[in-house]
Amino acid sequence: MNAASTALSVRGLVKEYVRGKKVLDGITIDFAASGLSAVIGPSGTGKSTLLRCVNRLVEPTAGQIHFGGRDIAPLKGRALREARREIGMVFQEYNLVERLSVMENLLSGRLGYTPAFKAWLRRFPQEDIDRAFALLDQVGLGSFANQRADALSGGQRQRVGIARAVMQRPKLLLADEPTSSLDPKTSVEIMGIMRDLGREHGIPVIVNMHDVELAKRFADRIVGMSGGRIVYDGPPDGLTDDVLKTIYGGESWLAG
Amino acid sequence: MIYALGRLDFSWDRFVTGLDNGARFIGRMLPPRIAQPDSLAKGLIESLEIAILASSMGILLSLPIGLFAARNLMPVWATWPARAIIAAARSFHPVIVAIIFVKAVGFGALAGICALVVASIGFIGKLFAEAIEEISLKQVEAVRATGASFMNVILFGVLPQVFGRFIGFATYQLDSNLRNSTMVGIVGAGGIGGTLFSAFQRFDYDFVAAILLSIIAMIMAGEVLATWVRGVFLEKGKVDGE
Amino acid sequence: MSATASIEQRRWRRFTPRQRLARFAVYLTLVVAIVLSARTVEVIPEFLYDAPEQMRDLLERMWPIAWSHYPKGVHEALVETLHIATLGTLIALVMALPVGLMAANNVVPNRVVNYLAKLVLVSSRSVNSLVWALLFVAVFGPGALAGTLAIAFRSVGFVGKLFGEALEESNRGTIEALEATGAPWSSRLAWGYWPQVKPAFWSIALFRWDINVRESAVLGLVGAGGIGMALDTALNLFQWDRVAMVLFSIFSVVVVAEIIVTQIRKKIL
Repeated sequence: MNAASTALSVRGLVKEYVRGKKVLDGITIDFAASGLSAVIGPSGTGKSTLLRCVNRLVEPTAGQIHFGGRDIAPLKGRALREARREIGMVFQEYNLVERLSVMENLLSGRLGYTPAFKAWLRRFPQEDIDRAFALLDQVGLGSFANQRADALSGGQRQRVGIARAVMQRPKLLLADEPTSSLDPKTSVEIMGIMRDLGREHGIPVIVNMHDVELAKRFADRIVGMSGGRIVYDGPPDGLTDDVLKTIYGGESWLAG
Repeated sequence: MIYALGRLDFSWDRFVTGLDNGARFIGRMLPPRIAQPDSLAKGLIESLEIAILASSMGILLSLPIGLFAARNLMPVWATWPARAIIAAARSFHPVIVAIIFVKAVGFGALAGICALVVASIGFIGKLFAEAIEEISLKQVEAVRATGASFMNVILFGVLPQVFGRFIGFATYQLDSNLRNSTMVGIVGAGGIGGTLFSAFQRFDYDFVAAILLSIIAMIMAGEVLATWVRGVFLEKGKVDGE
Repeated sequence: MSATASIEQRRWRRFTPRQRLARFAVYLTLVVAIVLSARTVEVIPEFLYDAPEQMRDLLERMWPIAWSHYPKGVHEALVETLHIATLGTLIALVMALPVGLMAANNVVPNRVVNYLAKLVLVSSRSVNSLVWALLFVAVFGPGALAGTLAIAFRSVGFVGKLFGEALEESNRGTIEALEATGAPWSSRLAWGYWPQVKPAFWSIALFRWDINVRESAVLGLVGAGGIGMALDTALNLFQWDRVAMVLFSIFSVVVVAEIIVTQIRKKIL
């Protein structure tokens, strides 16, 4: 994979929350500049930590994260914020600012580019507002702009969460268990929206999930993690029962 | 408790004599009479001015202090001094603080304003810090993840979560400053309190009654105003109701 | 889904015109009030310039604190202050129980009684404890009796209001279950409401006691007993080292009271 088509390149990433206990044990992986990759694996295996290390919501203990032509692992302050605004993130529990309207939540995706004074007065460029309306239409919430976020259902909130991340015009979209709090039908819709928006805006998407079927259905590439290491990396077709056994261990759960 | 009663020199006799006194006292209060309309009006207006200026300055100052005192957002080097300021501002009754300021800046409204600014910082600063410590950090994290600057994280991630409660504290403090601005005059820090105290000392009980009634009227008007402000800001936020 | 939203819809405003107008009215009132107050309030600028000098002078006079004054001039007054606060709170609790019950519509479903009870509570709260103290000093003469009653009368409104609100928030289910068994009013009160509001009641009582410790410290300024009297005497004689001693002891008592309240609250809640 050459540098131009690589969006994110992680090298020897290690994270220890407690000294000596490696949650991530030297992860090395590249993500291409397009397509949806699903990271699967049992709970507590470091999927979430991996994603959060990428946008530095969690501080990596060691290793490099190459993104946008530089290693962002040691960045601080302004440089870190500038890296973050190019990485969109979708959260498991949506993490919308509950007491703000849908529109304000979308516009918060532009905060990395907006001076505090203008943000306070809600003076966002018309261009941003147009984009927000267009994105709301795309996620099917065209008429919800002035609703308060806490008045929405889970599926609607996650749509807003995705639209907020895309508002950033990110060069990479991370999604941390975006469907774990949703029912199966809504989960499929949400995954569809992420795949489609990713394609349309040319954003590579990395999704953490534990639903193997959903991952197979939507992902172009599957990364299997177990015990803080990558144990599978390949196309969805390659996820045989044997592979799943290495990822999740045991086999009784596979029966039926 | 009986020990306490004994220590305080309560006795039935004293109580009965008191009731007798009380009847005469109330008799002398009625009908209320505005003996010195000028000093009454001047005192009331000055109290109002003290309350308004002290509240606006106190609220403005307590915002950053409260924010710095919130342990979930700020490092220890910021919370420690902020919490010390709040604790110091809370430890004395506004009237005692007023005594100190009367000595420092002389008799008059300025001392009253300073004393109530201190009281406002103590009260709002503490409650504001506590409100911030109870917010959902997930929402803050999401705003941080967009690459927002520190100020923008505060504006979009923190303030919306505490705004409703802050309006509640601020209007409550305006109310409370209005009440206290009528009292600081007792120690010479301006406002109607001085007029009230001297009327008491001259046994002008009918004037005392008039002053008390006008104070109560002013405080009630203040409450109506506070309710209006709360209504305007919390209109869509019925969820905000604490 | 409106993929073809019109231009009007595309303009986004945070508030409706009515909300904006109302907010503008609040801001305008605020600014006008502040400007008017700032322009008319009588502040002598010379005093302000002089303040740091005066403050230094004050601190110099206060130091060293007259520790030796504590045993003869302060200790008893301090104990008296605590008695005033405690006894005042207890009397207030006794008075606030019935009034709070009467103010709660679900306990006493009679609008007139509710209204009267609320009127009592509001008048208690609208009068500052210093004014209550002035009134009781006029009636009973100077001393701790006036202070205790002032604290009690001021606290009734506070405790009664919060207690009434706690009652109104109590769970209907439990009460209905008792009603279904045909329990009389008094047992509904004792077995239905009381267990539900008991923690709130004690928490309110503690909270008020904490406030009363602070308040009772100033009542002496108007002659209603306690440490305020010692403060007043020292102030009148310009004995600033003794003033410092009194302030220090008030500070310590307030801090200790707060620690006690926090500890008890942790245990009972």
